[in-house]
Amino acid sequence: MNEKKYTTYLTEKVGPLPFCPGCGHTTIINALDKALVKLQPEPKDVVIVTDIGCIGLSDRHFDTSGFHGLHGRSITYACGLKLARPELTVIAIKGDGACGIGGTHLLNVARRNIGITLIVANNFNYGMTGGQHSVTTPAEGLTSTTPWGNPEEPMDLCKTAIAAGASWVYRATSFDKDLPDVLASAIEQPGFAMLDILELCAAYYMKRNKFGKKELMALMDKYEYQHGLLVDKPRPEYSTRYREMYEKGKQVLKKKAPIEKQFDNSVKKQTGIIIAGSAGQKIRSTARLFAEGAIYAGLQCAQKDDYPITVQTGHSISEVIISPERIDYTGISSPDYFLLISDEGLKRAKAQIMALSENCDLYVDESIELPATNAKVHRLPFTKISEETSRLSVAFTAYGALLGDTNLFPVDAFSEAIKSDQSRDVADVSLRALYAGVKCTSGLSK
Amino acid sequence: MGYEFIEGNEGIARGAMKAGCNFYASYPITPASSILHYMNYFVPEAGGLVIQAEDEIASMGFCIGAAMAGRKVMTATSGPGISLYSENIGLAIMGETPMVIVNVQRQGPATGSATKGAEGDIQFTQWVTSGGLPIIALSPATVGEAYLLTYIAFNFAEKYRTPIFIMSNKELGVMQESVDLESINLPPRIDRKRVPPGRKEYLPHFFESLEEVPAIADFGGEYVARFTTSTHDKAAYLTTKPEIIQDMINHYIAKIMHNIDDLTLVKKDFQDGADTLIISYGIISRSAAVAIKATRSNGKKISSLVLQTLFPIPEKEIKSAMKGMRKIIVPEMNMGQYLVEIQRLASPGAEVVGINKMDTTLVSPKEIIEKGGLL
Repeated sequence: MNEKKYTTYLTEKVGPLPFCPGCGHTTIINALDKALVKLQPEPKDVVIVTDIGCIGLSDRHFDTSGFHGLHGRSITYACGLKLARPELTVIAIKGDGACGIGGTHLLNVARRNIGITLIVANNFNYGMTGGQHSVTTPAEGLTSTTPWGNPEEPMDLCKTAIAAGASWVYRATSFDKDLPDVLASAIEQPGFAMLDILELCAAYYMKRNKFGKKELMALMDKYEYQHGLLVDKPRPEYSTRYREMYEKGKQVLKKKAPIEKQFDNSVKKQTGIIIAGSAGQKIRSTARLFAEGAIYAGLQCAQKDDYPITVQTGHSISEVIISPERIDYTGISSPDYFLLISDEGLKRAKAQIMALSENCDLYVDESIELPATNAKVHRLPFTKISEETSRLSVAFTAYGALLGDTNLFPVDAFSEAIKSDQSRDVADVSLRALYAGVKCTSGLSK
Repeated sequence: MGYEFIEGNEGIARGAMKAGCNFYASYPITPASSILHYMNYFVPEAGGLVIQAEDEIASMGFCIGAAMAGRKVMTATSGPGISLYSENIGLAIMGETPMVIVNVQRQGPATGSATKGAEGDIQFTQWVTSGGLPIIALSPATVGEAYLLTYIAFNFAEKYRTPIFIMSNKELGVMQESVDLESINLPPRIDRKRVPPGRKEYLPHFFESLEEVPAIADFGGEYVARFTTSTHDKAAYLTTKPEIIQDMINHYIAKIMHNIDDLTLVKKDFQDGADTLIISYGIISRSAAVAIKATRSNGKKISSLVLQTLFPIPEKEIKSAMKGMRKIIVPEMNMGQYLVEIQRLASPGAEVVGINKMDTTLVSPKEIIEKGGLL
């Protein structure tokens, strides 16, 4: 017979286990030690993760690595450790109290199937803070916060984990003779494994409720808490699946090459241009390509967008600043140019349009009824043109009209940005819309 | 050499990747969500892992666990998420966890205006968790600085084993601007000091002098490792001994405050003979730059101090810039959160003028000129 390298994983470094006489925690921790002795992992390859509660005192009694975190969050640290180093054996131990405050982590680790082991030391109340009721306190149970009986129904942790998709769930009691073997089996599961261990709190729940082994068994009958292995449906562990799915479906985010200046421009000062239209008119992406066109012409640019959170409805407004010099202030207090292409844009920007100064050129679709404004108004057939080109490209026509009228920078710089971004078919439509816009204003002002 | 047209959030993601970030966890929130989107592409490409957590608490928990297992980690959120990060930020300080936390600030309190900018989380960040220990926070003003300061934040996190905050703003995070990232000079990359192999045991919080940053051994590495949320000794075992607890508290303070010069990043634009100074940070420092240019072109003298490091407060630089100043102007997108620090540091004779608003719009150069009396 082989000599076992490790005969215990417990340490006396910080003294004996601190739990009250008769507390189930001592049994559970000793059983976990026996499980580890059975499995013989290297202590540095095991992390016992605990949080707050009497059972949270247990990690430091092991000679393995130990991580003691915030109340109810042990699952999250355990997952972080496991995701970072999938080869680690990560065992989270928490109480029933922690299953209340950290309930969402229980649901989500079960659902995700991250390969940690979760041990719940379930003694039906909060021991550390004075015997208050928890999410597993039986109805009518007496605790310091339910002195007349618990009006709440208990949560079945196993059923909860199963409903959330847990791949391995076992309900035990601290009285089970085979607890070390069951724990070893839980640790060996490659996916998420949960072991709900019902036990006695000698300090509070036992005393207040005259609750012993017999009553615990009766409680299991009453709530139909099935004993033993409840689910064993292995499926791929999260990290493995994450990597597999990434390798299968991976897409590298399209990276644009940095733009180098290819054209000149006639912009003398920081110039603010606002376009107001509707969702679906590709306002933001067109404004972006306009800005990139300006960069091709050696200008500095900044862009901000405004649109409702329900992105496919309502207005869409983009502000672009172009400048021969570094752009410091990124607000547009008084726009130099305003492109208005839909009634929804008007609805959102009405106050702004009414406040435009006489130094602003307003290029507006001829169908739109404008409020009073001091801006120089140019009524243009954007919508009509888009019926011949594409409704989705109306913003290109509006920017084309702006460039045709002002020649802030060459239209060719804009078309360069379009061609470097869009597929050929799409670019053809965009370019047609753009040049139709240029044509409709060439020589307008001069 | 050439320009990209990218938003502040991408600048942050790119800076993180340049620094070697290989683990990212966060929960979606406007206006920080696109950092999660970028990282989703960038991190697995570099062999790491991104996980969208079930909430902000789990985001922090995943990050702290992964960081202690050797990953370079980052998370990003906005003000409401920082509220939920708070307790775990204390844990990261307690366990000396290297990590980067991005706050793309938005108008608050509560849900406020999710898509509108503000800088209302400045003092919240200084005192972000229970216990009241110093934190490190950097505030970028441009997309280029978002890239640079995030990169530097990773260096600081590794060097000082503590969470580093990036204080961004909706106005920067989701604004695209032309930037030449390649032209930005990055300091050498720093990785955490690790315990050399062959020691008898690992003491997670070992220091000889209070300001010394302990060498780290990763969970899952060569040593048995320990981490605890509780008051502890150098071996990370719970202690109730007052002298050990005080020593550890002094250590957390000293490792930051002793290194304040290394942590101080400011931009100075001083003019000889000026008796007016603008102290600004973040996106509003750009409004200040325009106001300063206009003031100077009017023939008036004015100096500028822009803080890239907000915390620890660069008191030495602030005091030296304020020397001889009659008027100090502090424009902010909040109701005067850094102003109180400047008032505290200013000499009694100086007039300190806060220009403050929280109506979701930028403080404009015009407002600085008018309210600052620069006409």
